[in-house]
Amino acid sequence: MSSANIQVSETPLVLYALRRADDALILGHRLSEWCGHAPMLEEDMALSNIALDLIGQARELYTYAAKVEGRDNDEDKLAYLRDVRQYRNLLLVEQPNGDFAQTLVRQFFYSAFADIYWRAMMASRDATLAAVAAKSEKESAYHLRHASEWIVRLGDGTDESHARAQAAIDHLWAFTGEMFAVDDGERALIHAGIAIDPGTLRGHWLTTLSDVVSEATLVLPQNDWMQQGGRYGRHSEHLGHLLSELQSMQRTFPGLTW
Amino acid sequence: MVTVLERDSELRKRAWDAAASVVDPEIPVLTIADLGVLRDVSVDGDRVEVAITPTYSGCPAMNMIALEIEIALERAGFHRPTVRTVLSPAWTTDWMSEEGRRKLRAYGIAPPQASSSRRALFGEQAVECPQCGSDKTELLSEFGSTSCKALWRCKACREPFDYFKCH
Repeated sequence: MSSANIQVSETPLVLYALRRADDALILGHRLSEWCGHAPMLEEDMALSNIALDLIGQARELYTYAAKVEGRDNDEDKLAYLRDVRQYRNLLLVEQPNGDFAQTLVRQFFYSAFADIYWRAMMASRDATLAAVAAKSEKESAYHLRHASEWIVRLGDGTDESHARAQAAIDHLWAFTGEMFAVDDGERALIHAGIAIDPGTLRGHWLTTLSDVVSEATLVLPQNDWMQQGGRYGRHSEHLGHLLSELQSMQRTFPGLTW
Repeated sequence: MVTVLERDSELRKRAWDAAASVVDPEIPVLTIADLGVLRDVSVDGDRVEVAITPTYSGCPAMNMIALEIEIALERAGFHRPTVRTVLSPAWTTDWMSEEGRRKLRAYGIAPPQASSSRRALFGEQAVECPQCGSDKTELLSEFGSTSCKALWRCKACREPFDYFKCH
């Protein structure tokens, strides 16, 4: 294995799997940064466990992307040997952990989407994607419950926790639109019954958010200007730094194994 | 021809028994057969292939289990066995055998409730204490020492215990 960037033939199905794999890997990596630093032991275990679920989902999706592509790439090469412009994840998941509220709001926005998205994907005509979905939807539902309880606790807690939770919601809101966007390649997969249209889930997602956020005495922003680019490799400044940590061992010692 | 078939089925049984003896490295009282992780063993000439289904997406024990299966088969005289991961249908805790549930309880871990439905995952749970059998128990932490477990406490005997979550 060399340390040079690999090339990936991004057919619509390969790109589809890569995008979801990248979401899961990057969010999982972000959460793993809390390991040993969370405000209490239970949360240290919770965030590390959620990270593990997400990295597991990423592995299955990378393995599938490599199989569909049919060249000599594999899960490790896809994770460790693509540069920032080759990553296809949502901008939301690469945003820094910030304070505990920002981490939990990011998780809440993502899990509320992943929960309904994967549940709908269980009906995919692609047997592998349907199987990954069946596992991911149970895990995402569990993650959503955990994040929802924290949103209520932080929002309906002290003035300080309320202010931090609201600031996190306002800050991260503009990164949520990308979850519902679809391009031509993905539209073809949707027509073929392989993928589902995330746009149809936005109402459900908003209802989940509104219920929790109002119980938390917080408010959702009214502005609907949304930041985009992650799905096409145009990332915020944060992803490059994350990758430099994630990939440093393989870039320094190509092919290194345990 | 008949003898070949008999030989194959006997070989398959020997390979199955070897693979089925592999235990979960995190919960060594459970074999992968108890867990429902072992799905299929096929023998073709001198080639053996074992199919397993992962539990949690990110469960690190799966890598270890695949390696242990290879070692167990090599020890049983099968050369270069292969382990294949089957994702579909997805594993659920419903696949855990009754024997597996009994062993878990005896080991001090409350077994998963018998249905992996969303109600069991999120609804009212009455988890029985594996130490004293009381159903007066409470959740301490939704996430535990491994992906598959949550931490509970018994209000009757005051002992904390692991609960194998429904999945």
